[in-house]
Amino acid sequence: MAAMVQISDVKKVYGDGFEALKGVSLDIEDGEILALLGPNGAGKTTLISTICGITQQSAGTILVGGHDNVRDYRRARELVGLVPQEINLEPFERVMNTVKFSRGLFGKPRNDAFIEKILRQLSLWDKRDNRIMELSGGMKRRVLIAKALSHEPRVLFLDEPTAGVDVELRRDMWEIVAGLKRDGVTIILTTHYIEEAEAIADRVGVINKGEILLVEAKEDLMTRLGQKELRIELQEPVATLPEVLQDRGLRIDEDGRVLIYTYDTGQDRTGIASLIREVTEAGLVLRDLQTTQNSLEDIFVGLVNNQEDAA
Amino acid sequence: MNWQAIRAIYVFEMARFFRTLLQSFVSPVISTSLYFVVFGAAIGSRIDQVEGVSYGAFIVPGLIMLSVMTQAISNASFGIYFPKFIGTIYELLSAPINFLEIVMGYVGAAATKALFIGVVILGTSALFVDLTIQNPLAMLAFLVLTCLSFSLFGFIIGIWAGNFEQLQLIPLLVITPLVFLGGSFYSISMLPPVWQTISFFNPVVYLVSGFRWSFFGLADVPIGLSLLAILAFTLLCLGTIWWIFKTGWRIRQ
Repeated sequence: MAAMVQISDVKKVYGDGFEALKGVSLDIEDGEILALLGPNGAGKTTLISTICGITQQSAGTILVGGHDNVRDYRRARELVGLVPQEINLEPFERVMNTVKFSRGLFGKPRNDAFIEKILRQLSLWDKRDNRIMELSGGMKRRVLIAKALSHEPRVLFLDEPTAGVDVELRRDMWEIVAGLKRDGVTIILTTHYIEEAEAIADRVGVINKGEILLVEAKEDLMTRLGQKELRIELQEPVATLPEVLQDRGLRIDEDGRVLIYTYDTGQDRTGIASLIREVTEAGLVLRDLQTTQNSLEDIFVGLVNNQEDAA
Repeated sequence: MNWQAIRAIYVFEMARFFRTLLQSFVSPVISTSLYFVVFGAAIGSRIDQVEGVSYGAFIVPGLIMLSVMTQAISNASFGIYFPKFIGTIYELLSAPINFLEIVMGYVGAAATKALFIGVVILGTSALFVDLTIQNPLAMLAFLVLTCLSFSLFGFIIGIWAGNFEQLQLIPLLVITPLVFLGGSFYSISMLPPVWQTISFFNPVVYLVSGFRWSFFGLADVPIGLSLLAILAFTLLCLGTIWWIFKTGWRIRQ
């Protein structure tokens, strides 16, 4: 089956000549959660805005459910719900009215039962007659989600849903996203919180400076690029490395009390066994050993730095 | 055509109006009454009839036009500017609707509000002066066309405006002087010849004159010209909006 969203070689150049997207290609599969990771100004929001029709691509094509987002924009947009980054809501409106408005705007006939279901799902039912300005920040975000879901979209874009949100609410948000996935909604979320991608995404895409650097299943990514660190704590500190250990690429840390060895878990031979042997042969006495797995964050920082070095 | 969306926008905008129904209703009633006290009773008592019509009655069509034009512009410009200002415009842009449907929703609501206020003022006027409307159909047509065209104009201002000052700029600097100098409170024939000539460059003169004709059968300019003027203005606004739609000017980057 064709991907739910097919983005082919999309470029976006703004009026001032700034190239926000430099030929992005990306397929988003039906029912998956894709996290788009990138630093501020990487092009995440531009990409989402382009898919949703808020800005128009300068070149390239985007298909949503097989419908071109420019030529067949009505059918393409009907399938898409967008939760923007900023809390853009009319403060004097009531929750129920703004959600109903959104449904109508997307051409769907009134359906009170469905709206009630969404509001209950998002714990907004009790607040349905409240004015937006009376709600807390977290509740306002839920209203944005309710608006985006009001027309039964098959694809939901969440633009930094948890930016500036406290830990508890962030977990709530993750629960909501997991629930939506169970209902079969395809979800694309942008974030610069790595832990968010790690926690909920099926696949992770990294975008920086208007280019997709990689898109991969989260687990594959973590294993493929996952590096481990071995910390060797010594009984006595060393000033310099003994000769046998010179070409092992060891790093001395904590005033010579710790040796750090970085290795790739994907390799057949990690070299740990021979390293330990050589350390003891060199007359160093081990106090403790510790290994740590690289997080997605380290992978991400590594990728972005590489791109910057190459530029 | 996404009728649901047009309806949603219309209903949403009208809800804003009904929320402040008291203000929407009371303020035109009060301001009309004030105009009648000042122009009708105080000044009007010293003015004889104007072309066979009592001065109090003579100013009614101009008074209605004045309010309808300013209300149509402010409602329509605010209606589309506010979503731009607070950011909810993202939803309009990402919805499966085209610009024409957006215009129909917002302009339709703004014109309805202006029409409502026009009718309220007409009703209030009837409490102060004896009114006869010679040509009710023409009156209604002029009123509806004015509501529509000035709402279209207001919509363009709302799209153009980058801040609240700009939103007020055109109504204050252009519309208010044009309306006051457009023969709302006097007949153009009362002016010195030079000013009469200048007045004929003021488009509002044609609207007020045509509207007044529908009440009393008297006009500063031929009725056909008035009709032509309002149609031309409507077409001009529609053309501008079509261009905005084509280019995405100030809306879609």
